[in-house]
Amino acid sequence: MLSRTADHLFWMARYMERAENTARMLDVNYQTSLLPQSTDAAEQGWRGLLSICELMPAFEAKYGKEVRARDVMNFMVRDESNPSSIACCLHAARENARAVRGTLTTEVWETQNQTWLEFGRLLRDGAFEKDPSEFYEWVKFRSHLSRGVTVGTMLQDESLNFIRIGTFLERADNTARLLDVKFSELPATPPHDGADAADSEETDFYHWSALLRSVSGFMIYRKVYRSLIRSDRVAELLILRADMPRSLMACMNEVVLNLELVANEQSAETLRSAGRLRADLQYGRIDEILQAGLHEFLEQFLDRVNNLGAGIGRDFLVPVAA
Amino acid sequence: MTTGFDEMHAADGSVRPHYRTFAEWLAKQSDDVMRDQRDEAEMIFRRVGITFAVYGLKDEDGAGTERLIPFDLIPRVIPRDEWREMRAGLRQRVMALNRFLHDVYHGQEILKAGIVPSEQVLNNAQYRPEMMGVDLPEGVYSHIAGIDMVRAPAPDGSGAYYVLEDNLRVPSGVSYMLENRKMTMRLFPELFGLNRVAPVAHYPDLLLETLRDVAPAGVDDPTVVVLTPGMYNSAYFEHAFLAQQMGVELVEGQDLFAQDGFVYMRTTQGPKRVDVIYRRVDDDFLDPTAFRPDSTLGCAGLLEVYRRGNVNLCNAIGTGIADDKSIYPYVPKMIEFYLGERPILNNVPTHMCRDPEALRYTLAHLNELVVKEVHGAGGYGMLVGPAATKVEIEAFRKQLQANPSNYIAQPTLSLSTCPTYVASGIAPRHIDLRPFVLSGKSVQMVPGGLTRVALKQGSLVVNSSQGGGTKDTWVLEN
Repeated sequence: MLSRTADHLFWMARYMERAENTARMLDVNYQTSLLPQSTDAAEQGWRGLLSICELMPAFEAKYGKEVRARDVMNFMVRDESNPSSIACCLHAARENARAVRGTLTTEVWETQNQTWLEFGRLLRDGAFEKDPSEFYEWVKFRSHLSRGVTVGTMLQDESLNFIRIGTFLERADNTARLLDVKFSELPATPPHDGADAADSEETDFYHWSALLRSVSGFMIYRKVYRSLIRSDRVAELLILRADMPRSLMACMNEVVLNLELVANEQSAETLRSAGRLRADLQYGRIDEILQAGLHEFLEQFLDRVNNLGAGIGRDFLVPVAA
Repeated sequence: MTTGFDEMHAADGSVRPHYRTFAEWLAKQSDDVMRDQRDEAEMIFRRVGITFAVYGLKDEDGAGTERLIPFDLIPRVIPRDEWREMRAGLRQRVMALNRFLHDVYHGQEILKAGIVPSEQVLNNAQYRPEMMGVDLPEGVYSHIAGIDMVRAPAPDGSGAYYVLEDNLRVPSGVSYMLENRKMTMRLFPELFGLNRVAPVAHYPDLLLETLRDVAPAGVDDPTVVVLTPGMYNSAYFEHAFLAQQMGVELVEGQDLFAQDGFVYMRTTQGPKRVDVIYRRVDDDFLDPTAFRPDSTLGCAGLLEVYRRGNVNLCNAIGTGIADDKSIYPYVPKMIEFYLGERPILNNVPTHMCRDPEALRYTLAHLNELVVKEVHGAGGYGMLVGPAATKVEIEAFRKQLQANPSNYIAQPTLSLSTCPTYVASGIAPRHIDLRPFVLSGKSVQMVPGGLTRVALKQGSLVVNSSQGGGTKDTWVLEN
């Protein structure tokens, strides 16, 4: 298939996934902000969200030093000057789809197009102001629909492989960023005994359950661990569990699987680094990761994912040499 | 009733026989139902993204520059026998035009015979000396031709078809022909039980067959691609649509490169040779090393590979010399010269303003004539005398006098009308017809074509860029 086509498919999927993850993060922060908490804590949540996306400077330039929920939500949902806003992501996803609409099934293209058209209508009709949660839910479901239609209608050839690689590379990146911020707000603590820290335990519960909910992982946690919510298990679930669909492990499994299917003469090195990243997760242990420092681990992971993206670009999407 | 020729109603107001079942059906439909169906059609066109881009405009809601071409629910119906005669005429005309193109770029017999003036061809900006002596597969230049037909009242009360212009470069609109049929079948399936309407959906198959027919010699299983200027081109939807329907790659210039005498596309599995390019990019932009150096839409070195016969372009480079409006008046003579046949289709009588006598006549009758630029397209740069204000006429007069050879003039034909939904209900609006003629090893076409309709009352300009709409076009099989 054309390299440019693969490039558009890859980015179509990435932007759609990014829109979904942004909606997830916004929703969980918004829900948390409805709980009784100090102004500082609320602001910290919104700051965290902006720093996940590396958008603090851009936000401050536009809205000033004070971080208000309404401003952050507007900035992240509808602001066309913010390339990470849901508006920009959905538009980019749709434009990428339009550029290769002939490669997509009618259903996939119409889903992308309809999402973009409806997004504009919902914003104009004030649906976002009326009920932000409902709106975020809509974004998530459009992304579910987009993935479902893709898997349900596309021929299982390279087109689908590059779409899947885009989706899971983006998701790996987003989950890692989310973990990094949430664990820097409230560092992982060893399980403590006794009831002396009841207050902090309560805070912890809401903190970690919010993180789990943002990745649809709350019920999954209960099911897997049948136990109290503890930060080390949260980390394990989102990093190492291959059966948790938004974990780094699950994402890398998909990336490697699809990369192997599209391998070409020049892609050996990219496949090797992808396989190695997966192996590190597969044979990793959460206590070792936490001991060595979660932040360092995640930072390194993001670097490696980033390099992997660059390698995929070089080998398949925008080949330099003729 | 209008004074002109109406496709559905005869002069006495009665419904013409080929429209009878449709008119009976229409009389039974409530206004509400038809309004709902119009909304439904618009909703579907938008969702499917059947849009065209308008240069330099922004939507009212800032959603970009994509517009819908209005689709009218009332089909244009052509009786079987009328179509048969038109089909024979189209085949004849396109064959002669391809023969002319081959001749112009080889022996120039028609110029030697004095049938077409040499200077009209050789000094024409559309003439491409690069094409001299280049042999093309099957000798075909215009593989996809869009011949614009109009109908005007004849003295005996019938309607006579005329060829208004030949589009031999990159004619567009065929996707609307196909989508309009799909839409009518979706909205009113019952109509297709009442009428035997000739199908058109196999057009992409015929197109692919045509493109494969003209692959370079020795290539058994040619790789065909569609070359588009990109998604911001006004006809992008059509490019993507045709590539998808044919199951071939839709490429942009940046996807192609020429090396060692062949053209390749960049794929995820390395370079892949390309044999036939259905290009929807104008000649000037095809190869920056041969034509416009600032073009980013083409492929450097393409012309050289083409001249060597290692890739074929559809349509060929240099076809503009045959559809130029200054050449148009000679087409009937070409048919006689190359085929030894009497032309089946009428030309519109044309005054070439380069001729002083014709210029004098034109200047004296500006308020009656249609005056067009010889290289113009899309309804731009033309004067429709009867519809123009005095000021417009005087302004045009100056342009014409400054450069007479740039213009031709024709009588204002009273284009036939067809009932059409407008704000106030159903009213007659002027229409034309663009059949698409495919030439490979043989000449083929699907019945009918694209009917365009001028939605403004009295307007004769049907171009989509100027507020025209489209209709489904039915050729009846009984």
